[in-house]
Amino acid sequence: MLSIQNLTAAVDAKTILKGLTLEVPAGEVHAIMGPNGAGKSTLGYALAGRPNYDITGGSVTFNGEDLLDKEVHERAAAGLYLSFQYPLEIPGVPALTFLRTALNSQKKLRGEAEVTAPEFLKKVREVAKSLRIDMDMLKRPLNVGFSGGEKKRMEVLQMAMLEPKFLILDETDSGLDIDALKVVSDGVNALRAPDRGMLVITHYQRLLDHIKPDQVHVLVAGKIVRSGGPELALELEAHGYDQYLGVAA
Amino acid sequence: MAAVKETIDTVAKLETYEHGFVTDIEMDFAPKGLNADIVRFISAKKNEPEWMLEMRLAAFERWLSMEEPTWAKVDYTPVNYQDLYYYAAPKQKVAPKSLDEIDPEILKTYEKLGIPLKEQMVLAGVEGAPKYAVDAVFDSVSVITTFKDELKKSGVIFCAISEALREYPDLVKQYLGSVVPVSDNYFAALNAAVFSDGSFVYVPPGVRCPMELSTYFRINAENTGQFERTLIIADKGAYVSYLEGCTAPMRDENQLHAAVVELIALDDAEIKYSTVQNWYPGDENGKGGIYNFVTKRADCRGARSKVSWTQVETGSNITWKYPSCILRGDDSVGEFYSIAVTNGAQQADTGTKMIHLGKNTRSRIISKGVSAGKSSNTYRGLVSAHARATGARNFTQCDSLLIGKTCAAHTVPYVEADTAKAQFEHEATTTRLSEDQLFYAMQRGLTQEEAVALLVNGFVRDVLQELPMEFAVEAQKLVAISLEGSVG
Repeated sequence: MLSIQNLTAAVDAKTILKGLTLEVPAGEVHAIMGPNGAGKSTLGYALAGRPNYDITGGSVTFNGEDLLDKEVHERAAAGLYLSFQYPLEIPGVPALTFLRTALNSQKKLRGEAEVTAPEFLKKVREVAKSLRIDMDMLKRPLNVGFSGGEKKRMEVLQMAMLEPKFLILDETDSGLDIDALKVVSDGVNALRAPDRGMLVITHYQRLLDHIKPDQVHVLVAGKIVRSGGPELALELEAHGYDQYLGVAA
Repeated sequence: MAAVKETIDTVAKLETYEHGFVTDIEMDFAPKGLNADIVRFISAKKNEPEWMLEMRLAAFERWLSMEEPTWAKVDYTPVNYQDLYYYAAPKQKVAPKSLDEIDPEILKTYEKLGIPLKEQMVLAGVEGAPKYAVDAVFDSVSVITTFKDELKKSGVIFCAISEALREYPDLVKQYLGSVVPVSDNYFAALNAAVFSDGSFVYVPPGVRCPMELSTYFRINAENTGQFERTLIIADKGAYVSYLEGCTAPMRDENQLHAAVVELIALDDAEIKYSTVQNWYPGDENGKGGIYNFVTKRADCRGARSKVSWTQVETGSNITWKYPSCILRGDDSVGEFYSIAVTNGAQQADTGTKMIHLGKNTRSRIISKGVSAGKSSNTYRGLVSAHARATGARNFTQCDSLLIGKTCAAHTVPYVEADTAKAQFEHEATTTRLSEDQLFYAMQRGLTQEEAVALLVNGFVRDVLQELPMEFAVEAQKLVAISLEGSVG
């Protein structure tokens, strides 16, 4: 589904990703773990096409298509979703308006019929309920004045509404208390499907207690230095990343 | 890839101003240039009463002794006042009594602009939209006013000001120039001398005008100035909501539009005045476009009267405009809600004056400036309280949004209080449209232009909400169109 070959990327002329190779087949959840500054968030941004993140080498294909050739919104319409570590506030734009505009823009680009207002509202109500989001909150400008936990729940709500084929969760657990972590994880788990892939970027193992990965990769200094099963996360939790820091350098 | 995008943007921009067409029609012109004979010519064309001609000639004399103001933060090629036509009207043998007698080319023009002149038509695309009456001003004359008879039944007078001068001379004489005197400023004096048409509204005591009123201004002829004059009077306890719209063809030379609007609200009366200004802005380099030098002022003459100005300014090459309120009546209220969008080489210097004279008068100013391209956008405002204006209160909020790195925004607030018993608050912010917000919206599937439009509409939302609903939708689209190609 997502195939990354020898990817190198630079931000402000500083090379962050230094030949990263990764395969995530459909239906699988892969976790990326690593110390601060390893390039975890950079990977998410580079895949989503953030401006000023320059791809200097390598390739990425998504369902057989060249992902890097597409504009940001085209990647989104192709089914790539990035859940932001720090979701942006959008003053003056109610969450519902934002979400419906996004959904219809994607549908337009894919040549599908736009969603009608009643269909849209019906689905939003269901999803909001499962994530314990009050409908009144969705009438407020997106993320403006929301708590960290509310913002993360909004990211999951958007994910569930847009039904992407591939999810990248960037530190979705940061800023969440235990209860919120459970709600958010349940929301993500509900989206696990045989035709959907996920890349879960996290610093800590605790998120992986809730969202069980099929594979765990250790990212250090811009490269995957080790891959393994879920048990690798526990090992990292116990021993830290120190043992890898010398390896990558 | 960037070069390709740039080319596409450039081409898209060429087609952005959709009202830029020219109507080919036979016109009646006054000789070019300006002198006392031209003033007499215009007055004679309109069959005006003698006092009106005298007022015009006095204004002309006054204008000759005045100098064009230079304090605004705008820079433009000076107007050659002798190289303009001051009167241009579609040739018409008799004054039209109904739509059937109007030149079909003019009707087509309004149809193309989406302005319903047939009374059975409702606003295009909005089902169940309320009826609204239109006064259509084409260059120097009003070609038709709709729903006149129906309005008359409730006592509301809505007609061209030239007609009002003939039919209701006493009413006009009582109020014309009473808010904006002929000597007020350079452009107001010029307007008083040569104004050719505009709208007149009178709402009698206790009457709530049964429909929205609107005037649609179209400049068509070349080298022609448009000098419209609007006078709206809401008598005691009356209410009226009025909207003006403006467009002009794309022409390489600059065209002058110097209007004067006077509003008078008596005791307990309320006037809501909305503008959607979309004059041709000129090209990327500032060639062509309208010079919009306008004086708009309301006199809240009566106790507990209220006037709200709402403006959406997206057009014009140069804008010089300060819709103001004189809060004369005790407990009167003035409001100013403004969205000013500049792109390309546009320059806008706009804002308001809230002059508190009465006790416990209140005013509220919400200004949203959006600048893109190489444009310059200035908010200039005055809030003042007279010594007897105890208990006066003002709240001002000026927000500026910058798109890109080559535009400019300025805020120039003046606050003067001659009483310690006034309370004025001022808040101002300037933000740049954030790359991160754009990226976030685009990651959810919006194209760059959709993302800019959504973020900008969010920024101006507080003001859009003040517009009559059916126009708010139009204005929202207009803001988006004005900013097409502003990023990237």
